[in-house]
Amino acid sequence: MTEILDIALLSFMIVLAIAVSRMQNLFMAAMMTGIFSFLSAIVFTLLDAVDVAFTEAAVGAGVSTVLLLGTLSLTTREEKIVKKNNALALLVVLITGSALIYGTLDMPNYGDPNAPVHQHVADRYIEKSGEEMGIPNIVTSVLASYRGYDTLGEVTVIFTAGIGVILLLGHIWRKEDEQ
Amino acid sequence: MKHESIPRVVSKWFIPPILLFALYVQFHGDFGPGGGFQAGVIFAAAVVLYTLIFGLQAAKQIVKPRIIETLVALGVLLYAGTGLVSLFLGYNFLDYTALDPADPPHGQHLGIFLVELGVGITVAAVMIAIFFAFAGRRRLR
Repeated sequence: MTEILDIALLSFMIVLAIAVSRMQNLFMAAMMTGIFSFLSAIVFTLLDAVDVAFTEAAVGAGVSTVLLLGTLSLTTREEKIVKKNNALALLVVLITGSALIYGTLDMPNYGDPNAPVHQHVADRYIEKSGEEMGIPNIVTSVLASYRGYDTLGEVTVIFTAGIGVILLLGHIWRKEDEQ
Repeated sequence: MKHESIPRVVSKWFIPPILLFALYVQFHGDFGPGGGFQAGVIFAAAVVLYTLIFGLQAAKQIVKPRIIETLVALGVLLYAGTGLVSLFLGYNFLDYTALDPADPPHGQHLGIFLVELGVGITVAAVMIAIFFAFAGRRRLR
């Protein structure tokens, strides 16, 4: 049953990706990327990664779509049509794509107990995090405590992005605010 | 969209539950899926919805840009500050056992709570700041 669902979702995603790349109307393309994010959120849920699915639905489908639409309202809704074929670009895309697919051949199968991720510290997190942290959500324990440094780095990245946008575009919103 | 009554009425019904859900995701992240990142984005989504319906000026009356700018930095400070507290108490940086050495799981729980709150504050503030910055620009050309 899950296999049918997986195949259906993944083929929807492929169709959507092709549709987005061929679409001239950028408004529709932005909405399509939102749907794409929702589909990948469902795939993450099927993989039992609810925290990741949650983030994907909130960030990928929600905020990114709003920001894309905000950008569109500042620029234009129609893509400029490029007539000439760019052979070099096609070549680069094909090489990158095949390199990525070649890379997946080395990946362990889903649920493989011998996968490197299950050989390292995962067992310890699953067995000990409950008594060490006193909270049942292992993802939160790993994110906030065992890997606290990494999360601090992530927050700093978001902080830097916010500062960058405020520096580049922010003087406008401050000025209007003070009027 | 100020004069369209259906979006106005629907958003008035929706924004409080969205804010409440954001707080639930923030403070229930230890037990269910979610945490600071998701909560921050959901909280910002409520503000974005308000801005889309009632306009940027009205939104800035409630969510002051100056406060948002402060919150952007405050979240990171809360996170790093929690780490520094444990450092000064003689433990490793971000080792929350320091917050309650007699009962390590309780200390960990408190540390995770503070750190996730910092994440939530920064993420929400940055999302709102980016959206305001985009929405505040006039159309080019």
